[in-house]
Amino acid sequence: MAEAATNLLTTADGRPLKAALAAAQARARRRAFLLVLPLLLFVVLTFLVPIGYMLKRSFEHDGFANSAPTLVNWFAQNKGFDPANPPEEAYAALVQDLARMQVEKTTGQAGTRINYSVPGTISLFKKGAREADTLTPPFKEALLAVDPEWGMPALWRGMESASHVYTPEFYLVAADRKLTDEGWARGDDGQRIYLYLFVKTFIVSAIITVLCLLLAFPVAHLLATLPMAKSSLLMILVLLPFWTSLLVRTTSWIALLQEQGIVNDLLVGIGLIGNDGRLSMMYNMTGTIVAMTHVLLPFMILPLYSVMKVIPPSYARAARSLGATSWTTFRRVYLPQTLPGIAAGSLLVFILAVGYYITPALVGGADGQLISNLISFHMSKSNWSLAAAIAGMLLVAILVLYWLYDRLVGIDRLKLG
Amino acid sequence: MKKILILSTAMTSFGFAANADITVMSWGGAYGEAQTEAFIKPFIAATGKNAIMVDSDNPATPVKAMVESGNVTVDVASLEYADAIRLCDEGVLEPIDINSLPAGADGTPAAEDFLPGAVTECGVSTDIWSNVFAYDTTVFPEGPTKAADFFDLEKFPGKRGLKKGAKAVLELALMGDGVPASEVYAVLNTPEGVDRAFAKLDTIKSEVVWWEAGSQAPQLLADGEVVMTTAYNGRIFAAAMNEGKPFQIVWDGQIYENEMFVVPKGAPNMADAMEFIKFATSTEGLRKSAEQISYGPARKSSLATDIIFKDGKTVMAPHLPTAPENLTNALETSADFWVDHDAELNERFQAWLSQ
Repeated sequence: MAEAATNLLTTADGRPLKAALAAAQARARRRAFLLVLPLLLFVVLTFLVPIGYMLKRSFEHDGFANSAPTLVNWFAQNKGFDPANPPEEAYAALVQDLARMQVEKTTGQAGTRINYSVPGTISLFKKGAREADTLTPPFKEALLAVDPEWGMPALWRGMESASHVYTPEFYLVAADRKLTDEGWARGDDGQRIYLYLFVKTFIVSAIITVLCLLLAFPVAHLLATLPMAKSSLLMILVLLPFWTSLLVRTTSWIALLQEQGIVNDLLVGIGLIGNDGRLSMMYNMTGTIVAMTHVLLPFMILPLYSVMKVIPPSYARAARSLGATSWTTFRRVYLPQTLPGIAAGSLLVFILAVGYYITPALVGGADGQLISNLISFHMSKSNWSLAAAIAGMLLVAILVLYWLYDRLVGIDRLKLG
Repeated sequence: MKKILILSTAMTSFGFAANADITVMSWGGAYGEAQTEAFIKPFIAATGKNAIMVDSDNPATPVKAMVESGNVTVDVASLEYADAIRLCDEGVLEPIDINSLPAGADGTPAAEDFLPGAVTECGVSTDIWSNVFAYDTTVFPEGPTKAADFFDLEKFPGKRGLKKGAKAVLELALMGDGVPASEVYAVLNTPEGVDRAFAKLDTIKSEVVWWEAGSQAPQLLADGEVVMTTAYNGRIFAAAMNEGKPFQIVWDGQIYENEMFVVPKGAPNMADAMEFIKFATSTEGLRKSAEQISYGPARKSSLATDIIFKDGKTVMAPHLPTAPENLTNALETSADFWVDHDAELNERFQAWLSQ
């Protein structure tokens, strides 16, 4: 019966209505897709491809694998060799590769790659390569005579590891592991830095998020409830710093908070503190937190404002008229309705804070460094794979937090303004 | 309308290409200005070819990125000595033949005219700059005079500015601890030596304000935030000369190095780039640079007669890191050491900082 009914329904040119509708909808979808295509291409080209490339980089380095083919081959055939005492053939392969590096000028690439896990080897490779074609068998003795460091077990482990183009090595380094003569081990005390900075970055970001929330909540409430004329003025005050260059704002905080700065001068001037007791508020964690809270504040105010704007004041009035105290009204009626804004603002501020770079670099001093400063350091020193590995760990950590957030709060409740 | 748009775009791009025969990448700021005045403008005037200057925080990073991605837009770049060696080893830079460089004004061949180490496989020195420390003469009229004074909190109380990084800071710590300049790298090459340097830094750690950008150091000193600070000598000189600040440089324990012009592999205007480097690093070119900023020329022939600062009266010689009286206890940065240990010691440095 149903079949007969659909057969009956056709368009004017005799096509089944269902097919015609489907075709028309497909056309509309294609047109809609064409409209978003530029954005899609843009996102893929400028966002997904670079991130994918970065993640690939964090696993991949062919600097040594390409320039030492003989040794790579030897490693592949002798998987269980003893790094503490490699045989003569291994040294012979190494000397052959060193000679090739000298001709092909790839010493730097190979040395740089090994230097990532075994510091001090770039000049070792350069020296070895310069003398390689003068060496005669037995190569082990000959090479050790050039420099006894060629016998280091850690070096042989490093070369074996670097003979694979794809390696987890950079993630090991980013997790404070260190290549020793016995293999990968925990780094020395006082030299482990990455995990410590990871934890610190997340704690500092959490503190900044909470501070932003505490400061932004009343401001957003005022913005949402004041009469139009006054709230517009307030809005401009909120947005004005937003439009000012980040560097200018950071530098202004330096001028304000440094020891010979305006705030300290004022406190000394009114006699609250003595000239010797000037407060250290800059070039330390205090400076980093104050400046970053200020820089990120609008990202909290705006989502909060957009949510508070549409909360009808009648709800609170109804609660009060039913006998709730002002605190209960706030806690049970008003606050739950602002949750989407709080969630969105907190997520925005937290994620921005985790990756913040320029402000901690300028005002952080000794203890205000965050993990992004180390990423930038390795970028500038051309150890892109390690920078990518740290960034990859950061990305994974944020995705985990995002997933947790989705489970606890629900991403559909997010309201970004 | 559309036609006009395409036409004007084509014209500007053509105009741009014709205007910018050579792109030189340097560090910006007072240093970039000095290089523009000393190298770029005279080159345009002398050859009729065009050159433009672009800025970077550290040209080594974009140069490597450009060569690796195969999209090189820079013809000449100004690199730190260790970076010039490292990138050359990695095959990122064009080799430069020392014998192709012009002879000195007095006819000395380039190979003998340049100071030792000033020309490497891929780079030619444009100047010699130095990490020094400087103080405010209104705070210490008698002034610190030795590297050890930088670490003497009793005799010279107050905050110190230090560059946030291992390079040049560990060396200063060792010299401040009494290690003669000639032995610094031998000591620093041992684990005990590194420990000793960090132990010396520990003695002033609570009083240190760390700076990162070169312009921060004179600013900290001018604000009274610190009573003495390490700095690039040219920045202190510029603050003293151009802004009349009462800053005095202490040359004892200075750590100097060559700054290098290099040509990235695959530079779009290779021949012109080489011509530009020959022009800029000639006897006269290096003199012109030293007239602008107090970084020393690396050619002996450039120092044959007095170099006068652009104010028309200050003789530059005593302000240059290469002046004999400034070299009594001076250390040349060891590129070999830092190429090997930069990453390792900086990680340790960062860990030490956050303890």
